[in-house]
Amino acid sequence: MHKLLTDAPGKKMLLLGNEAIARGALEAGLSFATCYPGTPSSEIPEQFLHISQETDLYFEYSTNEKVALEVGAGAAACGLRTMVTMKHVGLNVAADPLMTLAYVGVKGGMVIVNADDPSLFSSQNEQDNRYYARLSGLPMLEPTTVQEMKDATVAAFDLSEELGLPVILRTTTRLNHIRGGVELGKLPPRKTKGTFKKDPFNLVTVPAVSRKLHQVLLEKYDRALEKSEQWPYNQLTGKGKWGIVANGVSVNYVRDAVVDLGIADKVTLLKLGFSWPLPKALMTRFLKQVDKVLVVEELEPIMENELKALAQENGITIPIKGKGVGGLSRLFEYDPGLVRKSVAEYFGIDYKAPAMVEMSDLPPLPGRPPNLCAGCPHRATFYAVKQVFGNEAVYPTDIGCYTLGVLPPISMADYLICMGSSVSSGCGFAEGTDQKTVSFIGDSTFFHSGITGLVNAVHNNHKFTLVILDNGTTAMTGHQPHPGVQANLMGLDRTRVSIENVVRGCGVQDVHVVKPFKIKKTIEALQAARDYDGLSVVISDEFCPLFAKATKQFKRGKVFTVNQEKCKNHRDCINKLACPAMFVEEEKVRIDENMCIGCSVCAQVCPENAIVPVK
Amino acid sequence: METKRLVFVGVGGQGNLLASRLLGEAALAAGIPVVVSEIHGMAQRGGIVESAVLMGNVTSPIVSGAEADVLIGFEPIETLRAMGKCSADSLVITNLSPLPPFTVSIGQGKYPKVEEALELIQKKVKKKVIALNGSALAAEAGNPLSLNMVMLGALIGSGAVPITPEDMKKTIAASTKKAFLESNIKAFDLGMAGAR
Ligand code: SF4
Ligand code: SF4
Repeated sequence: MHKLLTDAPGKKMLLLGNEAIARGALEAGLSFATCYPGTPSSEIPEQFLHISQETDLYFEYSTNEKVALEVGAGAAACGLRTMVTMKHVGLNVAADPLMTLAYVGVKGGMVIVNADDPSLFSSQNEQDNRYYARLSGLPMLEPTTVQEMKDATVAAFDLSEELGLPVILRTTTRLNHIRGGVELGKLPPRKTKGTFKKDPFNLVTVPAVSRKLHQVLLEKYDRALEKSEQWPYNQLTGKGKWGIVANGVSVNYVRDAVVDLGIADKVTLLKLGFSWPLPKALMTRFLKQVDKVLVVEELEPIMENELKALAQENGITIPIKGKGVGGLSRLFEYDPGLVRKSVAEYFGIDYKAPAMVEMSDLPPLPGRPPNLCAGCPHRATFYAVKQVFGNEAVYPTDIGCYTLGVLPPISMADYLICMGSSVSSGCGFAEGTDQKTVSFIGDSTFFHSGITGLVNAVHNNHKFTLVILDNGTTAMTGHQPHPGVQANLMGLDRTRVSIENVVRGCGVQDVHVVKPFKIKKTIEALQAARDYDGLSVVISDEFCPLFAKATKQFKRGKVFTVNQEKCKNHRDCINKLACPAMFVEEEKVRIDENMCIGCSVCAQVCPENAIVPVK
Repeated sequence: METKRLVFVGVGGQGNLLASRLLGEAALAAGIPVVVSEIHGMAQRGGIVESAVLMGNVTSPIVSGAEADVLIGFEPIETLRAMGKCSADSLVITNLSPLPPFTVSIGQGKYPKVEEALELIQKKVKKKVIALNGSALAAEAGNPLSLNMVMLGALIGSGAVPITPEDMKKTIAASTKKAFLESNIKAFDLGMAGAR
């Protein structure tokens, strides 16, 4: 049995923040869940996938976040409790339905989990999605601990049903990926089918309907505001004249700072867990009882600005500051030391930070960036493409493990903005320059948002080469399925959509399917694609070895070794491939036999035929 | 209880996330307030993996520079790189078996001598550094993947956290597959012995 199905109210379990959210959803009677995976949100749907195999919970990995939200909207319109999860940039993709779903509302409770990524641990930007609550008019909750991640999720479903609006639960990477003790609640029975009642004049957003619905949304805002005023996670603690306001994970840093600095009796802490609409009455009460306010919030000065506006409305002139105090900036995540120092500075407390050991005498340490795995088929494809297109071609890339192709010695990533941008920006490069353009996109990303770009390329006669790196899985976020996977390998009953058929169906004339570990044939296909006067697509088809191992598809080939007699030590293998199984010892190239998976690519690359299978 | 801030560093695949999680489980079972934080990201692709365990009267899930009570490094230069988490009062526990990054093989940087790295670490802290050849001990225990158990053993053996060896072993047993239990416990014991 899945551990989150443990039916033992009162029991304490160490849960990952993301597991706590999944558990909260189950305690709220979740019936329906959808997502597109994205770090740091991916472990939430991972729980749902396993649980859906043991129970009647409906769960799907949808093709992208927009689709996930729309699928969820349909289920919620039938009265089902629904959760949709995504990372912050995923909400950009889902922004179109989000804005109007706010008008139409929901019948069954719907919680949209949005995971922001301050410090960009694994993202292309660090946008602050609290703005989305303001843009859409949807209520937003922000838990601060693992226990609250569970409890706030349960409460979010009730809130959503009461208001008839989706509720956004916003987390940050630090919260998604902490573990803490969580006290379990009851697991109620699940309602698996609802009923849809026709109501076109409230559900079909033609202009006349939407004009009315926009008013309805504003009325709901007033009710949401009342809820926010009474929300148990909006808390005022302490009675001091120094005011501190914080949200999310920063609340913990502030609490610890206040204790460490010994100023608990001087401080009033306002913790805001319902971050839109903000509880104006509570905030005004706070402003009236303090002399000076410090706002501790990661990323944008949102609460800070709202507090300033509120103070102005009430004729309060006390100093209110946030960004710019101590180390509190709009960049990156905060940490306890930084918050402690900033609090001390703002309130004029004598504080000496603990002294770090001397770091200036360290020798330069070699970097350890992440790297494509040993035997990763992407490395073979990159190698072959470079042989044909050289260093001069423009290489738009996309989001997945293959983004690591940006690092030397591969160095084949020239442009990236978002999911699917390799294909559409490739259209622009093809027209904007006479340099050859080769775009890279992974299989999951192709389904997510590569197809529309491809149709555009066909229709507008753009001439470039698109390489689809099809490794049979969504590798980077932890091997989730996508429409092109062989779902039976994962024990799932899903229909496979063939990438080749999609590509041909979009109207591409020049299509090649290659096996990247066969270097010579792959190069020949790429040469044909390069010489084709039009749009070519090369599908490079080989399992991600980690996925192959996990699904027992992996047939270990013979591992390889360097025949030191034949090796001329020019290091072509390392300089062109740099498989992490290779290393240099006593000035000789060697292969770590425990890491090598026997893909044989290095043996094909070595001009001396010095790399040979171990007998 | 007194607050304890621990930082674990290692390389993707070495199992330091599991070690910190198990320590968290053991703390929870012993009734000690605990938060564990981990950054997953691209760990699987050979990058640096850092996690933190905070026990006692503390709610922040991360450890700032100079604030670690204990730094547990699974790889010598990663221990060195993470020394900024330490003050002169920190306890450092480090594996001495090197795992050179691929940047070294493509000629972008040199891997320092392990003895020199250790000397540097020792020079910076007042407490005696616990340095062990963790990978050899794991191999001796019969499973090279049990390095994380060796390191956990060394931590518990150091007495730096209020968790008994028995409680830690119970947690390990509860979350280990039968086939690896014996080697895991042996690795843990070898680590404990190495800390003395
Ligand atoms: S996880 Fe798979 S796709 Fe990603 S780098 Fe490793 S082998 Fe390649
Ligand atoms: S055969 Fe060569 S390229 Fe392939 S995994 Fe082994 S060492 Fe790496």
